[in-house]
Amino acid sequence: MPKLKRAFAYGFLIIAAIISIFPFLWMLVSTTNKSVDVTKGRLLPGGELAGNVRRLLDTVDLVPALLNSAKISITTTVLALLIGSLAGYGFEIYRSRAKDIVFNILLLSMMIPFAALMVPLYRMFATVSQHAPGIGIDTAASVVLPTMTTAFLIFFFRQSTKMFPKDMLEAGRMDGLSELGVFFRIYVPTMKTTYAAASIITFMSSWNNYLWPLIVLQSEENKTIPLLISNLGSGYSPDYGVIMTAIVIATLPTALVFFLMQKHFVAGMIGSVK
Amino acid sequence: MRAARPAMSMQRKASAIGWAFVILPVVLIAAFYFYPMIQAFLLSLQSGKGTNLSFAGLANYKRLFADSTFITAVRNTFVYLIVQVPVMIMLALIISVLLNDKNLKFKGFFRTAIFLPCVTSLVAYSVVFKYLFGQDGLVNVMLMKLSLISEPIGWITDPFWAKITIIIAITWRWTGYNMIFYLSALQNVDHAIYEAARIDGASSMAQFFRITIPMLKPIILFTSITSTIGTLQLFDEVMNITKGGPGSATTTISQYIYNLSFKYTPDFGYAATVSYSIVALIVVFSFLQFKAAGDKHA
Repeated sequence: MPKLKRAFAYGFLIIAAIISIFPFLWMLVSTTNKSVDVTKGRLLPGGELAGNVRRLLDTVDLVPALLNSAKISITTTVLALLIGSLAGYGFEIYRSRAKDIVFNILLLSMMIPFAALMVPLYRMFATVSQHAPGIGIDTAASVVLPTMTTAFLIFFFRQSTKMFPKDMLEAGRMDGLSELGVFFRIYVPTMKTTYAAASIITFMSSWNNYLWPLIVLQSEENKTIPLLISNLGSGYSPDYGVIMTAIVIATLPTALVFFLMQKHFVAGMIGSVK
Repeated sequence: MRAARPAMSMQRKASAIGWAFVILPVVLIAAFYFYPMIQAFLLSLQSGKGTNLSFAGLANYKRLFADSTFITAVRNTFVYLIVQVPVMIMLALIISVLLNDKNLKFKGFFRTAIFLPCVTSLVAYSVVFKYLFGQDGLVNVMLMKLSLISEPIGWITDPFWAKITIIIAITWRWTGYNMIFYLSALQNVDHAIYEAARIDGASSMAQFFRITIPMLKPIILFTSITSTIGTLQLFDEVMNITKGGPGSATTTISQYIYNLSFKYTPDFGYAATVSYSIVALIVVFSFLQFKAAGDKHA
């Protein structure tokens, strides 16, 4: 009986693993095949990789889109971490009843679906456009501004701050550091793993964000990677080899982040529940 | 008394500094979450095309109940919710229980492999799935070769199968994600409990339903609420795999709001009304799930 159980366990896990990995393998193999071969269901690597990359660069503005995505994701991540950690620290270290009430109100924003925000947000930015086109519709700022502050990140940093040894802060104050000095010189360096986890979560969601950029980034030269992939995917006579190559390139940054920082990644996910 | 004064002002100073730390995000969240929510509500009371809006009272809300596209979108969203969320949570639970076995080999490989779909962007994997499940896509080719089907299935073009395709896609993307939560929770469950149950003659099935599920209840509640909220807002997959079609067979509430606002002649007032239906559904479902979890406890 235990043998049968063991066989079932391995069988189940192997099938789950194959289903999980297969689309990735197909994507990778397809980057080396001609479009016709991809449609025929060819599962062996071919010699078309260089050709696919060349045609991709010739026909699609991949590099500008990558740069747009990088600019937006990196700016969002840096600002989000700065704002979120300052606030999480502030709510925990300078705790007061009034701040706790404000904190709980902020948490309510996590229940608000983006679907309910997209129309009013779009109208807000359309109004902003008339007065300050630099941060209005169709700018990187219009993507960064509404996405860089999340109650989740503040919550995440506050939870981690609970475990922070408060004596260290007192010691820093004794040494004559200002309150901001204590934060930057003592808190930030000690909380590296929390920052790592938070940056992965933020970078990933920003890099992959689709709906809001789809609404605000209207001109071709401002489009981000997900918008470009989506456009490619809805074309009438798709070149599958080229599209798969684009998708693989677009997935590389997040896959790399994941493999290099898998521990922090999981820690960040779990930290969101604690 | 004299000594107390400076301490008081120190405290007051500390409080002021504390506010300085938190004020920026408070302003930003108010500006980008709460203010738009109020705006959306005011919008929902107006009707008209584009910026040409006038007060309409509850007319938009009445229109909801007679709007067949809206009703289809709600029905589709419910189908995804009722079929996909339980299937995914069950799968994730089974996988995490199997992976929690101390004697299992290649544990790291299995875990990484099953979690891998989470690194893809929703758009990227949706496009991949669209091609895999195309009329002459790989899935049909393989099923035909294995003689499991005699003619290609309309994974994208048939109203029934298109829904199945969306469900398969979401399940593929998110099962590993949920698994990670259960795995970490299982690590905190004492192995001695299972040992005792085994000695008492409880089967694996009984252990799963009597020990594992009750022990993981808080985390199952958390994942089912986040999955429900995610599914109620489903957009990227439907937009990129089926475009909501055929007809409106796979369209979701989010996509309908998008279409109303940005695809057709903008009808912002009505779009805002539809968006409030998602808010209402999220509140109702979260409440029901809390209630269900609480009742089992009693």
